[in-house]
Amino acid sequence: MTNEIAISSQALVKRFTGQARTVTAVDSLSFEVKHGETFGLIGPDGAGKSTTTRLILGLLRRDGGASSVLGYDSMRDVYEIRERTGYIAQQFALPGDMTVLENMRFFADLHGIPRKQQKSSIAELLKFAGLTEFSARPAGRLSGGMKKKLALACSLIHRPQVVLMDEPTLGVDPVTRREFWNLLGNLRAEQGLAIFVCTPYMDEAERCNQVGLIYKGRLIAQGTPASIKKMVPGHLLEFKPDQFVHARELVTGMAGVLELQTYGAMLHVFVDEIQRRQGEIEQALSAQSITWSGMRVIQPRMEEAFISLVKRQEAVDEG
Amino acid sequence: MRKSIQRLRALIYKETVQILRDRRTLILFFALPLIELFLFGYAISLTVTHLPMAVFDQSNDTRSRDFIQALVNSGNFNVGLVSHDEQQVMAAINAGQVKVGLVIPPNFQAQVLNGKGSVLILLDGSDSFSVQSGYNAALSIAQKYSLDLTTQKVLGGGSSTVSNALTGQLPITTSTRVLYNPDIQDLVFILPGLIALIMQIIVVTHSAMAIVREREVGTLEQLLATPARPAEMVIAKLIPGMFVAILDMVVILAIGVYWFKVPFQGSILLLAGLSILFIISGMGLGLIISAVAKTQRQAQQLTSVIQMLAMLLTGFIYPRTTMPLWTQLIGDLLPMTYFVRVIRGIMTKGVGLTFLWTDTLTLLVYACIALGIAALLSKKRLD
Repeated sequence: MTNEIAISSQALVKRFTGQARTVTAVDSLSFEVKHGETFGLIGPDGAGKSTTTRLILGLLRRDGGASSVLGYDSMRDVYEIRERTGYIAQQFALPGDMTVLENMRFFADLHGIPRKQQKSSIAELLKFAGLTEFSARPAGRLSGGMKKKLALACSLIHRPQVVLMDEPTLGVDPVTRREFWNLLGNLRAEQGLAIFVCTPYMDEAERCNQVGLIYKGRLIAQGTPASIKKMVPGHLLEFKPDQFVHARELVTGMAGVLELQTYGAMLHVFVDEIQRRQGEIEQALSAQSITWSGMRVIQPRMEEAFISLVKRQEAVDEG
Repeated sequence: MRKSIQRLRALIYKETVQILRDRRTLILFFALPLIELFLFGYAISLTVTHLPMAVFDQSNDTRSRDFIQALVNSGNFNVGLVSHDEQQVMAAINAGQVKVGLVIPPNFQAQVLNGKGSVLILLDGSDSFSVQSGYNAALSIAQKYSLDLTTQKVLGGGSSTVSNALTGQLPITTSTRVLYNPDIQDLVFILPGLIALIMQIIVVTHSAMAIVREREVGTLEQLLATPARPAEMVIAKLIPGMFVAILDMVVILAIGVYWFKVPFQGSILLLAGLSILFIISGMGLGLIISAVAKTQRQAQQLTSVIQMLAMLLTGFIYPRTTMPLWTQLIGDLLPMTYFVRVIRGIMTKGVGLTFLWTDTLTLLVYACIALGIAALLSKKRLD
């Protein structure tokens, strides 16, 4: 392991044993996060994102593999890790009956920050999070977005080198989400923080340097957002047919069509050769008296790439 | 060490703020014990007075009327029905109209003068408190009249069993002196135990919710992700809760002494010290529940079971000496069992550590073990 690695996970395994069966929530997960990098763990609900985060922090006991933060083992060196990392749990989990300022002081004290130092760091962070004028308000009475910003400010009070966030923008409006990500971007750029973030939002994945796609506890792809998008074979055609169901059935069976995804009233068709297949599709639609609009070639986004990779994984699983 | 103290101070501050700012819970903290104290204080009475009685007086002479009047004057009986045959008396008991039946034979006056007087007392066997109380009262009055008292417990369906017959003319005279509580007032017996019960309810319930609530709300996960140690979290939960409990104890003790006029014979300082030990033990028990329970609902159910066991098995009302060993052992698991003896010893008897050292030592060991288990169960992880 080199010094530039902030978080490392090697073949990490976690099983939950219920009354009826054992579920493998995290299955041989391996990835690395470098300093100054934002790593996004992307996946649907129940994929194992929160479990992975908790395993890295040593909040859950692992059943196999290894994980470490800043070279400290997640199971053995829990307090070394907790002293050096910031964490935002998925649920808003700061004491709601304490004010914004009291919460900041509380977390500063828990991290052993001397009182003299607290004054300036708290003021700085409140300003950074745009919470200065709300410092006397009880945390429980903040808006959803402000709660997340307070959680971020509290998690940064001890100047951690690594920050782990579990769906930090869940239930937050788009404007605040953008603001939140801008804050994260600044942190990474200015302080060289390693940021590990779990999110179900594909647009947020685009903002990460590195992305891991997790599905049913397994990492099915990882790399930069651009490289993930390149993993999807073929080219992407988008159009809006007037007879949606009929058009979908027609196109599905055509030669050269690799995959079909629906996107609202649009059809997204992955094809092997763009010029040839576009003409064939248009001909077939005309022959069936189906009209369409907006036929164009588009670049696949994370969302299309993610759906495509999940489908491929499901096909492999089903044998 | 400096960091540990700083963390502990922060955690204690958080717990205190959470207690003080949650006004509703704070009010309940003080109001519930007071309601319980007044309800129990006024409602619980172990002696039954003014039992409704059906009278079938076949003599109807001066002596028989005197005897009935003596029963009424004792305050234990009221004449609820004047009956004309024994069947009617039985029917009134079966119907629940009266609890006691009195049957006086013909020629009562003559029989008493010959020293052979006897009466029949019928008691409602479905109500053991009334039976015991009525039996004792009737017996003492009958003794004064040198009567043969034949008592029958009336069971359901009109059947009856003769329980015993007593000769009024006792061959020896006995004299009894009741120590500490000469008037045998129930409240003197009940109130110290009641304080112990109320305190255990407050302390166990409060601490049982402590960790499990944080787990449900999600703050536990956020706290565990900081350098705060489980033992620090446990201690922080203990201290503010303990101060509230002590304040609660002072209030209910003052009401007991000044409102209900229950005498306080012993050392207030000794009681204060041992009460703190009892409160810590109860909190340890509550924290164990809190660490074991997965949800607040489970914690509430477990506390309810403990409250029920406390009512039955700690010697609060029912004497432990008559219980089978295994139920006594279950009672031994509750700190209240020891504290009931301590608080009665100090308040009612005025005894000191010389007599209470075993219970004191047990409470001390209990507090250490319970807190130790609670700290061990409060893990540094979520699973």
